[in-house]
Formats: sequence, C-alpha cells, structure tokens
Amino acid sequence: MKKLLSGNEAIARGAWESGVQVAAAYPGTPSTEILETLAPLPGVYAEWCPNEKVALDVAIGAAYAGARAMAVMKHVGLNVAADAFFYASMTGMEAPLVIVSADDPAMHSSQNEQDNRRYAKFARVPCLEPSDSQEAKDLVGAALSISEEFDTPVMLRPTTRLAHSYTLVELGEREVEEKPAPLPYRVDTRKYVMVPDNARRRHPVIEERIVKLARFAETFPYNRMEMGDRSLGIVTCGVAYQYAKEVFKDASILKLGMTYPLPKGMIQDFAAQVDRLIVLEELDPFIEEEIRLIGVEVEGKNIFPICGEFNPQVVRDSAVQAGLLDESARVEVKEPEKGPLPPRPPILCPGCPHRGVFYVTKKLKLVVNGDIGCYTLGFLPPQAAVHTCGCMGASIGVAHGANKAGVKGRNVAAIGDSTFFHTGMPALLNTVYNQGNTITIILDNRTTAMTGHQDNPGTGRTLRGEKTMAVKFEGLARAMGIEEVHTVDPYDLKEVEEALRACLAQDGPAVIVAHRECALLPEVRRQWTPLRVDAERCNGCGLCFQVGCPALIKSQEPDEKTGRPKAWIDPLLCTGCEICAQVCARKAILFRAQLSVLPRPNGGKHDQV
Amino acid sequence: MTKFDFLLVGVGGQGVLLASDILAEVGLRAGYDVKKSEVHGMAQRGGSVVSHVRWAKKVLSPLIGLGEVDYLLALEKLEALRYIETLRPGGTVIVNDHRIPPISVSSGGDEYPDDQRVRRALSEVTDDIQFVPGVELAEELGNARASNVVMLGALSQSLDIDLEIWLEVIAERVPEKYVELNRQAFLKGKGAIVGIP
Repeated sequence: MKKLLSGNEAIARGAWESGVQVAAAYPGTPSTEILETLAPLPGVYAEWCPNEKVALDVAIGAAYAGARAMAVMKHVGLNVAADAFFYASMTGMEAPLVIVSADDPAMHSSQNEQDNRRYAKFARVPCLEPSDSQEAKDLVGAALSISEEFDTPVMLRPTTRLAHSYTLVELGEREVEEKPAPLPYRVDTRKYVMVPDNARRRHPVIEERIVKLARFAETFPYNRMEMGDRSLGIVTCGVAYQYAKEVFKDASILKLGMTYPLPKGMIQDFAAQVDRLIVLEELDPFIEEEIRLIGVEVEGKNIFPICGEFNPQVVRDSAVQAGLLDESARVEVKEPEKGPLPPRPPILCPGCPHRGVFYVTKKLKLVVNGDIGCYTLGFLPPQAAVHTCGCMGASIGVAHGANKAGVKGRNVAAIGDSTFFHTGMPALLNTVYNQGNTITIILDNRTTAMTGHQDNPGTGRTLRGEKTMAVKFEGLARAMGIEEVHTVDPYDLKEVEEALRACLAQDGPAVIVAHRECALLPEVRRQWTPLRVDAERCNGCGLCFQVGCPALIKSQEPDEKTGRPKAWIDPLLCTGCEICAQVCARKAILFRAQLSVLPRPNGGKHDQV
Repeated sequence: MTKFDFLLVGVGGQGVLLASDILAEVGLRAGYDVKKSEVHGMAQRGGSVVSHVRWAKKVLSPLIGLGEVDYLLALEKLEALRYIETLRPGGTVIVNDHRIPPISVSSGGDEYPDDQRVRRALSEVTDDIQFVPGVELAEELGNARASNVVMLGALSQSLDIDLEIWLEVIAERVPEKYVELNRQAFLKGKGAIVGIP
C-alpha cells in the first residue's frame, strides 16, 4: 500500500519496519514528529529525554544491551550530544544504532545552519542522506544494516525540507521478531571502557572501519549513476537531487545516498564520463571538498549558494548565471508594484502567558537574557523584552556572566520549563555555587510548546502517555540552595511585579516560577472566553496595543476627541487572558466577569480596520 | 494541463495545513503523483504560513519555483499580495476576502494595504482573480474557522475532480463532529464561484 508520508513519518515507519526496539529523543524542529509517530507503534519503546545527550546515551545503552536503537535530534542537538556521539563511534555497540540528525538549511526554526555531515567525518561515522520519504524510510533500514555489519553508529541526515515534505511511500511490515527473551549483558571492558589504554587500541579499529566503509560505498545501491547528456555531470544528494532532476532535465547525475565516506572509484568513473563536473548540495561544500581530496577537478559553491536552502528557482538562476543553462531556461516572473507590506513574523500567540512576564520586565526596564522556545519571540516589538538568545540553556549562564562582569542593575534570565530541564539546571547550580545574584524566571507553561506540545519532566506525562512524577521547580530551586523562590501567575501583572521587586530588593540568586498553561493546550482552549472593548469608554489611547496581542486590533471607529482609532478585540483570536484588561487605564476592556453584565453592542463583529 | 502547482498561503491558525492536506490527498485519489511541502515550528506562531502542493504524472521537487504556481489560494488578503509573484503570469488566484492585520499595524506604524492596492497588484500578474467572502460564508454556517474549506470549495471550481472525491477526503480529514460543517463549507465555497465571470 502506498501512502503520502512526511519525511519524519517515513523515518518512524522505517524504524518500526526494520525492528527498532528502543528510541530516544529531545523534541526539536524539524525532527520532532519522528518519535511522536514511532511511540504508539507496537514493539517499540520510545521516550522523551531532558536533552539530546541523555537521549543518545540512552540509545547507546540500549544498543550495548543488544537492542536495535535510534536517537533523534535536530542538528544543534548533536552539539549537545557530541560527546556521546564520539564515544559511540569509538566503542561500537552490540546491536545496531542509527542517529537521526535533522539539519535546518534556511534556519526555519534554528539559530544556525550548521552542516552536520562535518560531524560524521569528525567522528568517523557513516552518513546517509535521503531525497524523499520513500528513501527516508528505506535508509533507516540500510543504516541499521550498515551499523550491524561494521559495528558503527550510523548518521541519517534529513533536512527540514525533507522532514516536512509529503511524498508517496510503499508501506511494509515489521521485519524482525518481537523482542526476544532478555539476554545476559555481555561485558567487554576492552571495548566499552574508554580509558586511554583501551581507546588507543580502538582508534585504529575505527580508522580501518572507515576505509572498509568507503569500499562498501562503491556498491551501496543508494549511490547510483543516472547517465544522460555527458556534457554536464552533477553529483548530488538529499532533496537537492530533486532540484537537479527538475532543473537539469538531461544531465548525467551521480546520486549519493551515502555522503560519508564517499565511493572514490565511482566518483572517478563518473568524472571520467562527463565534460564538466559539478556538485549540487545544500549548505557546506562537503562532497565538493571530499571530491577535491580524491584529486578530481570539480565545481560547486562557486555556482550555488552556501547559505539557505535551495529550490528550483535558486538552482536554475545560479545555473544560468554560471552558463550551465541557457538564458531561455529562466522562468518568467512578474513582480508587481506592491508598496511596503507589513511583515508577519511569528509572534507570541493571543493568551500567551509569557506576555505577562515580559510586560513587567519591560516596565521595570530589566535586561533579559533569553533562551530557546516560544518566549524567544518576546524580543520583537512591542514587547522588545528579550535581549539575548543563543542556544538551549544559555540564558542563566549569560545573565550570571553579565552580573559578574559588573553591569549596572541586575540581569534576568528567562527560560522555559523544558529548556530549564534541558541545560538550565547545571547553569542555575553554577549561579548558586558562585554566589551570583541573577533572577531566573522559569516560564512554566506545562509543555514544550514551540515544537508542538511535547511532554517533559514537569508535565507529569511521558511520550507514551503514561502518568509519571511531575518535577516541582520550587523544590528543585530550593534543593540547589536558592532561598528566594517565588511562584506567580503570569496572567496577574501585579503579582509578577511584586515578585520581581522582592527579588531585586535582596542580593542573592532568586527564582520566579511563572506557572500558567500554554493557551493552545486543548484543555485550555475549551475555556477560551473572548473579551470585549467597551467602545464608550475607550478613547484610543493605544496603551493596550503595547501589550502586543494579535487579538487587539485598531478599529475603524476613531475617538471623537483624540481622533485615534479605538481598540477592538477579535473574538476569533482572544482567549480571555485579561492581560490587556489590567493594562487599560480607562477600564474599557471588560474582564470575563463583566462580559455578561454589559451587552454586546451592534455590529461588534465586523468593525475592524 | 500536465501539472497542477498550488501554493496555499495564510496566517498561522487559519488552517492552511489542513487545506493542503486535503488538496494533496484529493490529487492522489484523482490518480496523480503528489508532493506537499510545508514548514512547522517557529513558522506557525501567527506568522505567514505557506504550503506547496504539486500534482503531476511525476513530481520531482517538493517546492514550486518562483513564477511557476498555477493556483494561488490565499486565506488572507495581505498574504495574497505578499506571494503574488510566485504565480505564473495568467495563473489563477483565489483570495479569501478577509483581513488579519499583523501586530505591527496595531502596535506600530505599519499600514494594512487597502483593497485597491491588493487588486491592482494582483491584476498586474493575472486577470484570473477571484475574491471569495470565505469567512462570511463560514459564519453563515455558524463557524468562521471553516473558511479554509470554503476556500477549497472555491478552488474546486477550477479543477476537474469528482465532487465525491473531495467530500470523501474532507470526511476523512476533519474530526467527526465537524464533518457536516466542513461538507457544507465546501459546497458553499463551490457555489460562491458560480456566476463569477
């Protein structure tokens, strides 16, 4: 049976069909849906871990114990898991292990566009790259076979475009028997205890392994030549293969399903058959450099961009520019005169609890070191309340560093619940240990929101939907030695302000836990109650617009005196969080309790801009 | 025509992704190879949302190149304007006659383009422009959130696909209690196009 599957769904399916028994991950766009798809399937144990390093250790541990294992992460997750990635390469495992590293060309949802094929070479780990969902599924099985045959972890590298594109996949069945009876744990300290003496013995083994893998790559069926017109030969991989086929209809193509190590002989053979050899690959000139090392003349990044992701137009225009295609190959594009368009970036949703915290930190003119999550969006106007964001867990250390540097005032770290568990905890410990005085606000919206509502150690549920313990941040902070601990409701601006002022009034490290569920969680959605503006009282002062809620809109009705547009609340968007109602100086925005008292005026629905 | 390239655009939360899911599945059942591409995560938090759906005998790239879109289905007017140059000159643009002002319009100094400006720019690229009161039609059914399926109904008038296929896929893709609403929404959208020259 054929089905439209996203690359992520296909990877999950591939893992299931090829008998993966244990899978672990930390959610991260564009990889999140892989474990969500896999977890409910029979015969598989899958879990969310607090971070990618833990996830990879878990997968390695399962493979050491003899289970077929998978770890999944976004590209920057492998930075966190790099230590584990390298030791796994050194030790090998008792059972196969595939590591999915989902790269994000164009940074749709990331802080950089690092090319993780570099890690594959760095750690001497083979790297496979699918070009559609079918291959994504198939290459999981291939990765496990390679892992088993060569005693190596294998990296599978999808990209955002592959992960979130839906293409047809032929579904198969689970190939292996269900988990056999528990085996005794095989102890082999020379292989699995990486003290220098053992590691020195293992290093030549993995160098030899990569040479063998390069030989294997020559006959790997996902490396293949598609010969056409021989004036141009294109070496390509991943989704770029699709662009190559679409834009260069007749060219000869060498499609690589394994991009590390490369099949040297196949490349030399291909190069000898074509007049001009180019590499079409997104991000780094990885294949290009490897081909040059073989001693074959090749072009690539002199033609195609190193930044961002490709699409047919980017490839076509670059090719015309370089003389690979005739000028007539360009597609006619009409770009009409539009005038300036207001941008529409992602923003904090209506009813987002983070908005209450940022409204207050801005009011108190605090410098906020931010972190990775929805709340990063608090940097945008009108909040403009988040001032740094680098990587997961950075906020607390960065704030501490700033305070130790002797900045005026007190830096605040703002970090989400899931991010705090990820890498925030050691940083908070550091602040206490080194007698820092930062204020850490844990934005606890009871979910990992940005990636689409995944559970974490604070939610009381696992990936499998089982009930489990829910960590209490207050107790955790106190156990770490913090005495100044507050709990607030971020929808209550006064409460947030009082807590912040109390923290500022003393000189030790402080933690404020801002508890309030993400407004998009299903159980919260059911309670949405759109607020209303009493147009009689509103004078268009615009104070509420500075809350920066998309549900607050300038109406077409100007105030008689000021001439400024009055506020209007879009009932389709408003959740009824009441933050704007607390801000309104004229009490023109009705609180939930007032809604039934004052009747809705006529025409309230369509009087927007 | 041997290929059908659709670009669906709108604002996060409007149901662009559900509409493109349905459209992709319909193409599949009509016998085409299909690819669909979108981006999750950061891109959805009330921001611009874009989904590519391609039908053809054999689809290669999951993304449609600039100037190669045959049908631009916009669930919001500003987004129609933002993406109009993706359309093949002379292609079809179907616009939900609905405004969602970005945050910089209420809290900053930005202006939402007026209808005239939208129409003028669209007509520089094509004459085949249809405005559909998608939200109003959905509200007539008691749920403004069904405007995405109203718009699919409008789009279906340009395509030669059995009504049964559309309704079957819609019934499979929406929650059970909303099947009838969405069925009605689709038919309303389909009806909205009839008689437009």
